[in-house]
Amino acid sequence: MPDRRSKQKSKYTLDRGIPGAFEGETVTRRRFMVVGANTAGFIAAASFTIPALGLGLGPVFKSKPVRWETVGTVDQFTPDNYVPTILTLEPNIGEAGKTTVYVRKFNPTIDTDRYDRAVKFIAISDRCAHLGCPVRWVDASERFICPCHGGVYDLLGRPVGGPPVRPLDRFYTRVRGNEVQLGPRYSVNSELRPFSPRDPAEPLDGVGQYLYPSRPGAQKLSGPPGTQQ
Amino acid sequence: MPRTPKLPAPPLPGPLKEPPPRPGEANGAGLGEDLKQAGISVVDWVDERTSLTGPARWLMFRKVPKGTNWFYTLGSATLFAFLSQAVTGVFLAMYYRPDASGGAYESIRFVTNDVFLGQFVRGMHKWGSSVMVVLVFLHMGRVFFFGAYKYPRELNWVIGVTLLILTMIMSFTGYLLPFDQRAYWATVVGVNINGTGPLLGPYLSDFLRGGSEFGATTLSRFYAIHMLLIPGLIIALIGAHLYLVTKLGTTAPPWQKAKEAPELREAEV
Repeated sequence: MPDRRSKQKSKYTLDRGIPGAFEGETVTRRRFMVVGANTAGFIAAASFTIPALGLGLGPVFKSKPVRWETVGTVDQFTPDNYVPTILTLEPNIGEAGKTTVYVRKFNPTIDTDRYDRAVKFIAISDRCAHLGCPVRWVDASERFICPCHGGVYDLLGRPVGGPPVRPLDRFYTRVRGNEVQLGPRYSVNSELRPFSPRDPAEPLDGVGQYLYPSRPGAQKLSGPPGTQQ
Repeated sequence: MPRTPKLPAPPLPGPLKEPPPRPGEANGAGLGEDLKQAGISVVDWVDERTSLTGPARWLMFRKVPKGTNWFYTLGSATLFAFLSQAVTGVFLAMYYRPDASGGAYESIRFVTNDVFLGQFVRGMHKWGSSVMVVLVFLHMGRVFFFGAYKYPRELNWVIGVTLLILTMIMSFTGYLLPFDQRAYWATVVGVNINGTGPLLGPYLSDFLRGGSEFGATTLSRFYAIHMLLIPGLIIALIGAHLYLVTKLGTTAPPWQKAKEAPELREAEV
């Protein structure tokens, strides 16, 4: 089929006997107008579609500035129990932008993993690693318990029951004078190794850290916890 | 046998004819006849300029197979549920304020408690959403069990499934709008379920929230998706769905046997 067409038609309009053709012309004026009008239409449509899509997708790629917020004084916290504090994740939207963070002093007898040696305060997020419901610290059983689907975590925030896929997130901490300040969130895998913040339900062990990549939009700090002094 | 063409009726004998109009009286008629003539001339005026009566007849006066029953009304019922959601939604939007710092909840409380008929219309929208989801599934079940998705109607099944997904997105985005505790936490959980998709999931949840945390624009984002983006797509796809229904016709129920037409039977040799 293509053979027959190429035999029938020359690429020069002059050879094809088109009225008004001239020497060396290969694109007919009709063809030129069709391509030109379609291109103009696509450019016009793209000129409002692409900026609009950028407006919708922009927040996914925009990183947030790191904020530090004072949540209490040094002597307010003990090494043996958690104190709930309120941290503002998102200013200007009232209660919806706040979260609870459980804070205690570093305790060398229980915080024996190799990743948070330099930390003076441990700050554990109340956001369940299953689907994001707020866990609460139950003093009597020394467990974090989630009301939604029954996730249970131990004193260090590692899951000991229910559906959670990784330990509870933590926050960077630092001490300014007498004040304890919380910075950005970070996620940890089952060995409490820090990762940049992930959403709940995203495992970080094994292949999970690659299936659920770090996102450019999250507040991040580099370096191991405890070194941001 | 060819049908004989219909001949014009013979003229009526003199005494049975209608009397001619009296002088000064309108042409034979009275007010009713005048209105009828006016209506006809309006339709004629529009039709002369648009040729719309042909498509309107094509849409409305269709042949339906024998055995069509009440199950065939589930699609229309879903359509009317959608129309009810659209109309009540438009008027609820006159009172709603997508303000995450308390204004959204307050505006819903105002509609429910203080606005005339507000509780009723909001109730229609709230309960109607569940009704619509139930009807969509019943309609889908009817199509499945009657085998109405088979050739040549596969594309209509695909459009229908897309409409089901869009209806689900409407339910998900609408659930946040009252902005009470249930709305907030259900959305947190729902967005995180979206995030469990590998590789693209985390970006999808960032897109839905408009950032890495539930933020100031999350609510207005859900509101815009709920009342502008998805309804537009749903209306366009309902149009395509109805076009295909009209074009292809409805199916006979599976227990309806085709009657054998003797003139179509091949001559036995």
